[in-house]
Amino acid sequence: MNALPLILTVFIACVVEAVEALTIVLAAGLTREWKSTFQGGAVALVVLAVITAAVGPSITYLPLTALRVAVGALLLIFGLQWLRKAVLRATGYKGLHDEASAYLREVAAAEAAAKESRRGVNDWYAFTLAFKGVLLEGLEVVFIVVTFGANQKNVGAAAIGAAAAIVVVTVAGIALKAPLTKVPENWMKFAVGVMLASFGTFWGAEGAGVTWPGHDAALLVIIPVVAAVCFGYVFWLNSRKTAVTVSAKESEVVGS
Amino acid sequence: MKYLKAFGAFWYDFIIGDDWHVAALVVAGLGLTAILTHAAKANVWWLLPIFVFVALGWSLHRVTAKKE
Repeated sequence: MNALPLILTVFIACVVEAVEALTIVLAAGLTREWKSTFQGGAVALVVLAVITAAVGPSITYLPLTALRVAVGALLLIFGLQWLRKAVLRATGYKGLHDEASAYLREVAAAEAAAKESRRGVNDWYAFTLAFKGVLLEGLEVVFIVVTFGANQKNVGAAAIGAAAAIVVVTVAGIALKAPLTKVPENWMKFAVGVMLASFGTFWGAEGAGVTWPGHDAALLVIIPVVAAVCFGYVFWLNSRKTAVTVSAKESEVVGS
Repeated sequence: MKYLKAFGAFWYDFIIGDDWHVAALVVAGLGLTAILTHAAKANVWWLLPIFVFVALGWSLHRVTAKKE
């Protein structure tokens, strides 16, 4: 398979994660202290590097069939989580993820917390906030890079996609010194969810022993079908919501 | 023990997420696909996508029905 779809998928997924991490780092750095924030971020990056070094090579030693079943299952579960949230947000059942309000929440919490020096770190709160933010979002990046890269036998291409995303978001963050509120995060999550679920279905079923009609070309059908089904669910939930609102209004009129 | 529990809870939340039924249906779909492919020698490529769409639809129905 061409490396471009792999790089693009990993790039989009990692942009979403990097934007979320940037929001937390900016909240810690601008309201608390940059030195402790950078220390927290740097320690998180070291932990991520250790996890990647430990998990990355070991996963490639798995036989391809076992790898495809395991990775397919994980990608499917992960992708369906993203799609579930994206569909609920698109239909208003869950609040839209808004980087501006997430930033304000983090800033309010950071301003309220007391300053405390610990283990050679000036501001422990800024350190832990940046550490947790970078580690949690970074873990998702590692997961995507390792699973996609190992399955395509091209971890290098997946890493290029992830690195490009992190560089783009970091440069944009430094230039703006503000959370990236213009990034259409919810729709990007929707797109990434579709890609994760599609690749998960393809690899998982292949690992379980099936032969897809058209082999790799089947992905060109699976991806739009998964997207169409998800849009179908958005339409279904929206029309159900409208029906519930109308019937509630009608019963109000009958009752009054 | 406390740290072990927190470690387990973190990975559960990271991988399984809000609805464990989705993960269970995915695993069931993969298992059934493997059984039918190897035992019955049937090329059931269409089976896993059905499980995937049902898992997502059922999970969405459950969470939205609670809110209505």
